[in-house]
Amino acid sequence: MTNKKTKLLLGAIVVAAALGYLIYGGIREAAVYYITPTELKEKGGSAADKSFRLGGMVVPGSLHWEPQSLRLTFLLTDGKEQVAVEHTGSPPDLFKEGAGAIVEGKYGTRNLFIANTILAKHSEEYRPPQPGQAQAKDLYRTLMKEEQR
Amino acid sequence: MISTLGRFSLALALGIALYGALVSILGAQRRRPALVESGRGAVFAVFGLVTFAVLLMEAALVGRDFSIQYVARNGSLGTPLLYTVIALWGALEGSILLWIWILALMSLLAVQIEGKRHREMIPYATAVLLCISAFFLFLAAFPANPFKSIFPPPIDGRGPNPLLQNHPLMAIHPPCLYAGYVGWSIPYAFAMAALITGRLGDEWIRTVRRWSIMAWGFLTMGIILGGWWSYAVLGWGGYWAWDPVENASLLPWLTGTAFLHTVMIQERRKMLKVWNLALIITTFSLTIFGTFLTRSGILSSVHAFSESTIGPMFLAFIALILFSSFWLLVKRSDGLKAEGDLDSLISRESAFLMNNLLLLGFAFAVFLGTLFPLLSEAVRGVKVSVGEPFFNKVNVPIGLVLIFLMGIGPLIAWRRASLESLRRTFTVPLLLAFLGSGVASFVGVRGLYPLLAFALAVFAAVTVLQEFARGTLTRRRITGEGYLTALSNLTRRSRRRYGGLIVHLGVVLVVIGITASTIFKLEKEVTLERGESVHLGRYQVRFDELTARQEPQRFVVEGTFSVFNAARKVAEMRPSKRFYSSEQQPIGSVHVRSTPREDLYLILSSFTRDGASATLKVLIRPLVMWIWLGGAVMALGALVAIWPDRRVLAAEPLKERVAWQPGRS
Repeated sequence: MTNKKTKLLLGAIVVAAALGYLIYGGIREAAVYYITPTELKEKGGSAADKSFRLGGMVVPGSLHWEPQSLRLTFLLTDGKEQVAVEHTGSPPDLFKEGAGAIVEGKYGTRNLFIANTILAKHSEEYRPPQPGQAQAKDLYRTLMKEEQR
Repeated sequence: MISTLGRFSLALALGIALYGALVSILGAQRRRPALVESGRGAVFAVFGLVTFAVLLMEAALVGRDFSIQYVARNGSLGTPLLYTVIALWGALEGSILLWIWILALMSLLAVQIEGKRHREMIPYATAVLLCISAFFLFLAAFPANPFKSIFPPPIDGRGPNPLLQNHPLMAIHPPCLYAGYVGWSIPYAFAMAALITGRLGDEWIRTVRRWSIMAWGFLTMGIILGGWWSYAVLGWGGYWAWDPVENASLLPWLTGTAFLHTVMIQERRKMLKVWNLALIITTFSLTIFGTFLTRSGILSSVHAFSESTIGPMFLAFIALILFSSFWLLVKRSDGLKAEGDLDSLISRESAFLMNNLLLLGFAFAVFLGTLFPLLSEAVRGVKVSVGEPFFNKVNVPIGLVLIFLMGIGPLIAWRRASLESLRRTFTVPLLLAFLGSGVASFVGVRGLYPLLAFALAVFAAVTVLQEFARGTLTRRRITGEGYLTALSNLTRRSRRRYGGLIVHLGVVLVVIGITASTIFKLEKEVTLERGESVHLGRYQVRFDELTARQEPQRFVVEGTFSVFNAARKVAEMRPSKRFYSSEQQPIGSVHVRSTPREDLYLILSSFTRDGASATLKVLIRPLVMWIWLGGAVMALGALVAIWPDRRVLAAEPLKERVAWQPGRS
């Protein structure tokens, strides 16, 4: 009996270790850092070829979209620095100038951020928290975010 | 008027719930039946008052009483009746009200149905249920009161979030999901009652099995319907994004599934008693945690969390649940010694243990991935997220092993399986699995995981079908019944076993649907002039025209597209964009043409004002319908498993009577 229990325990430990390794590897490979335009500019060349989630506001007047080639370009700002972003596809529904957006992608050459995903819906996620904001509004904001999913 | 009545009934319900919890415990400890009866009355009173509050809120919504803040925010003059009625669960305050109502209803049913059979446990179970009600009633009576009034009332309300009035699925998805969450309160309450009274035998397990299968069934439907809603409304062509809200519903599903399996070991072999209690406590805590996660704002940022009032309350409630439950569990651990022992590593027991380990590993990975941004922000000060790649990388292999076990578990013998029985049971499924992967590879499936997914799906499906076939044939030979009669009597004689097998078949359909729709997805985005077409897969999609019209609550711009398959027109599809006055941005409305073979999914991304051109996103996703079908089969299986059985009600011990002994014929 004890022998079987030991075997079972050993089996469980092996499986648990394998799971742990899977999770560890998964996090190492899939981690995506949230970053602001200022932080990205500070990193400069060292940011090349890494995936980031860049959050900021779409600079009014910077949004250009070419329907034939589906090329979308705009500037994202955090108030200090601006980063030029390029994306292929049409702008998502809630995406517009003056609103917050998070883009996921890589910072390539020519100081251009190549975004493969635009998360306009989740713009609230990145808005810097404002002290003294009404609670109800916060709740409502969270709620809206949830329900859009 | 409505506001006052509503506030009053919620506050009164809170008072009665607290009173009922107190007298139930007092009555049980001092052996005073009158007090226990009073506690039972409290359950009825709470249900009555909450029903009244729900009706009041519906009256306010339908009557468009904008002096109530909730109505002003979630209703409007132009909103159609259906969406006005379901606006009850369109926002935080109302959905807490719905939550309480479902909890009150289930508490009432549990107390009524189980009250006669479990005189010792019922007062404690009642007290636990009333305490849970009291927590949510407190939220509804104070920080998240749905009956807050505003003055002066606006002339028109803002209306529900446009995304919530775009599809009728919104009418059933949240109630199902909530019933799935809330349903776990009942097994939890009986587990606690068993721990408090020290009646730790089979009694509570038998009581809660049916309730937990019911909760599980609702949760399954809630999750699948959520995916369907996301697919039909959000317009990104997918159904599952590993979003925190989705993950929050998956977590209790995973631990609950683990419980439904190991509880069988406890029933049959009197093992794993502590484990099962721990699983119930965890599952229930995760249902509360899920609400906390989605309702407290913690995910948007730690800062938003500290500003929200209900977040800390949820956290305190979860801490209380975990602390008191596990404290009780430790205190009672003497009475929870295993009476049986594991006989062999090749047995159903070990298959189930393995399945538990993997389900919990799956749940842990989902938990970690969901909370990772928070954890990294708290520990290292940088916000790091792990998105879809993480979940796919970690959970796909775990899921594949689980499907394999799903084929093995129900057929391998208890205690010890002989090699001979293994050979007899699994030869055919294994051969067909190889054949299946061969066919999959022939039709163009590449890569280890997708091929394994198809092979294992075939394996699991064949084991289930083989089990039904052998059972039916055996029964037919013994009784001389016809095939269908034999099949139906077989199922009826051990509903739980065959219900469970039907659930497994549903899982197989879901797995096939997910795999096929992921690896064979085709996608193209183009801008078309009027009359121009785009080709994708078998289809040719032509842009015919763009029209606009005013509807009561919105303005709609709709594209008309003709769909051709081999030069034959098969459909006319109309994706649109909808403009709501309360929103500055339009909301896209996709058009999906579903067939069992594949879905054609059109999204109108953009258009020019003169209607001369439109940007269209076309997606082809094969076998998506199989996912919804699989969900329905899973729900059906759960229903078969809990369907009341007359013979069981005749106080016969709940032993599975199997005409056909798996692996031992």
